[in-house]
Amino acid sequence: MNATPKRDSYDVVVIGAGPAGLAAATIAAEAGLSTLLLDENAGPGGQVWRAIASTPVTERDRLGADYWAGAELVHAVRSSGAEIIQRATVWSLDRNLEVGVSIGGASSLVKARRVILATGALERPFPISGWTLPGVMTAGAAQTMLKSSGLVPDGPTVIAGQGPLLWLLAAQILRLGGRIDRILDTTERRNYFTALPHAFAFVTSPYFAKGLALMREVRAKVPVVTGVSELAAKGDGQLATVTYTAGRRRETIPVELLLLHQGVVPNVNLAMAAGIEHRWDDLQLCWSPVLDHDGSTSVEGIAIAGDGAGIGGAGAAIVRGRIAARAAVEALAPAAAAKLAPMSTFRASLAQAERGRAFLDTLFRPARPFRIPSGDTIVCRCEEVTAKDILDAVAIGATGPNQLKAYRRTGMGPCQGRLCGLTVTELMAQARGRSPQEIGYYRLRAPVKPITLAELAAVPKTDADVQAVVRG
Amino acid sequence: MTKLADAIIVGGGIHGCSTALHMCLAGMKPVLIEKDYAGRHASGVNAGGVRQLARHIPEIPLSIRSMGIWERIEELVDDTCGFESHGQVLVAENDTEFDACRARVAELNALGFTHEELIDGPELRRLVPAVAESCPGGVVSRRDGAADPARTTTAFRRKAAALGATVCEGTAATNIRKEDGLWLVDVGADTYAAPVLVNAAGAWAGRIAADLGEPVPVETVAPMLMITSRVPHFIDPVVILRGRKLSFKQFANGTVLIGGGHLATPDQDRNETVLDWRSLAISAHTVFELFPVMRDATIVRAWAGIEAKTRDDLPVLGPSARHSGLYHQFGFSLHGFQLGPGAGAVMTELIANGGTQTRIGDLSIDRFHPSTP
Repeated sequence: MNATPKRDSYDVVVIGAGPAGLAAATIAAEAGLSTLLLDENAGPGGQVWRAIASTPVTERDRLGADYWAGAELVHAVRSSGAEIIQRATVWSLDRNLEVGVSIGGASSLVKARRVILATGALERPFPISGWTLPGVMTAGAAQTMLKSSGLVPDGPTVIAGQGPLLWLLAAQILRLGGRIDRILDTTERRNYFTALPHAFAFVTSPYFAKGLALMREVRAKVPVVTGVSELAAKGDGQLATVTYTAGRRRETIPVELLLLHQGVVPNVNLAMAAGIEHRWDDLQLCWSPVLDHDGSTSVEGIAIAGDGAGIGGAGAAIVRGRIAARAAVEALAPAAAAKLAPMSTFRASLAQAERGRAFLDTLFRPARPFRIPSGDTIVCRCEEVTAKDILDAVAIGATGPNQLKAYRRTGMGPCQGRLCGLTVTELMAQARGRSPQEIGYYRLRAPVKPITLAELAAVPKTDADVQAVVRG
Repeated sequence: MTKLADAIIVGGGIHGCSTALHMCLAGMKPVLIEKDYAGRHASGVNAGGVRQLARHIPEIPLSIRSMGIWERIEELVDDTCGFESHGQVLVAENDTEFDACRARVAELNALGFTHEELIDGPELRRLVPAVAESCPGGVVSRRDGAADPARTTTAFRRKAAALGATVCEGTAATNIRKEDGLWLVDVGADTYAAPVLVNAAGAWAGRIAADLGEPVPVETVAPMLMITSRVPHFIDPVVILRGRKLSFKQFANGTVLIGGGHLATPDQDRNETVLDWRSLAISAHTVFELFPVMRDATIVRAWAGIEAKTRDDLPVLGPSARHSGLYHQFGFSLHGFQLGPGAGAVMTELIANGGTQTRIGDLSIDRFHPSTP
């Protein structure tokens, strides 16, 4: 099952088996290109279709029709001829298109002629006071448990935040008999007005009907507080209460579990470590790779598809995966490309899949107080650095996230900035009166996921070693 | 607009920042020009070794001078710089290497240097308990240690600026020229003018020297480092090997830095490096053999800093052989960090007093231009 890659070089290496990666690998392999699909999870599907091939949740309506749509793509890639390796952690990618991958505790280096990154999204940090207490977790982590193991909360539970995934998770928890005591909606009231110009595209998009139905379903069972503008978790070594402010109302609720979520952002670590240029996206408030219309990056031979290219959702991810794969086929096997649907067809589907996205991005643009903390609120949990610590470092000369490392070691822990990077950029930008683009981001370095010293020590070191491994 | 200064320093590494700070202490008003930010390259991302151990003889006097400054670094820059002095140990892995250690220490003693001390197997294992039993001994330099390089370079920059140095970060120095006895350098829309120019531009210094008609055989290199997750404390001194490329240091927080000089591919114009994982695997393998306690530690990050390496592995430090008012301070060839504090002091003495007590004659640029009168 956990075989190492069969070859030491491939036409196309696709990293990530979510919607974009599944679609991309299928097209590349069906066009006759040697294709390797590497995925970190136990099974294909990514986050949106996590455990699609193995979930214990068999009553289909509990997870929704969109979830089960993933099964078709999984079936297609499995019959495409692509070599698929699960539990494969890609820890390095560079300009020479060399991929470092760890499989079953052994690492190898694989060369590619084209790489398609489909590493998806991460949850945006939600750095409120007390967010590092045991008992506080992200909605995404809760959803992982739900999909993989059918586990749902059964004690006093509050969900706080905003965004489509929050409502989806709430509905999934309720359908599986889980408990939610309150939903604290942090959507800024004024966002409803700023989003209005995009409303027509939204109400005529597939998001609209689905979203409305989900919210109605959840509201029927759980009290929802809207306009929440302050939020704090408290407890002595363990979450005990959540305090919130909404308008003039201020309340403290005893609670055992607090699930936080305020949207997702591209998972940029591997792409940035490969040297791919990124820009600050002022609407989605995150770093997004600079891409051409085929998804190609600033590094020759590497394309990005799916939410890693900028948040677009599963429907758009599938199409972006197809576009990136078609471009790879055009470059490496032009004759095979002629048999594929024309690029214009894909682009039309992409426009349709992206319809309504601007409305969601505007409506669910997280409020400043939930992105940029102050005082003793922890920003970097690996090194326990607070917002005040960072402002103090700025005051004595730290100008950006990389300089800050010299003062505070932020981003130098095992998470490599995944939990603090956006917060640090925005906090320093605000403190210095600069744009996040000017402030910049951590320079990220491989291994983007830790590997053991023993594992690295066993990597073949010379061509002779490589030959020995191939023969052996 | 042209702004006048006492000196223009090109390059905001540990060397440029140290020279700027020492000039301020000598009553000068320098301007320091750094194309990125202070400590962006090798000075901020090196292994942080504060080492007199195993140095080339021509740079030992400078290293000793620098060590004195390191030992009172907080007085100088108002920051500890993370400097810790637990010694540096060179490990001989076999008898041949141990014989070479013995000869080296004897040679240094004959020259009057006493900082390196031969140690036998038991003393080696007392200092480095985790080292393999098979190692017969080594050399220790007990006053050596390590510091946090980014923090150190930042602290020098900060103190220099506090004492009146103008620090320009984010724009490169261009169009370096001499007119009417003054050095002129463009920085964006500004021009700086000064009677003195210090070339401390690290990997970029070779181009500046060549453009001024003083080429030096120097190449751009990028030594790789990697750091592990936290492991229980097991070692105090910095350890380097006699025969294989490895340096090894555990920080107070438990993380372990592994280096030793395997090289990445630098891309100077992009400010980038491409790591060579096959070479890093060799370093990992060496650690695996030597320190079994490290086998399950995880590698959390690897990187490389871009710097200059000369043909003879010695820096170029001192006045130009061709132009008055031009001084070079570059080419530290993978071992310049410890020298930074001392080199800034010496450079300032050369400029302000016309000479220094520290013996640096063998580091002059003349050595590459034997025909220069």
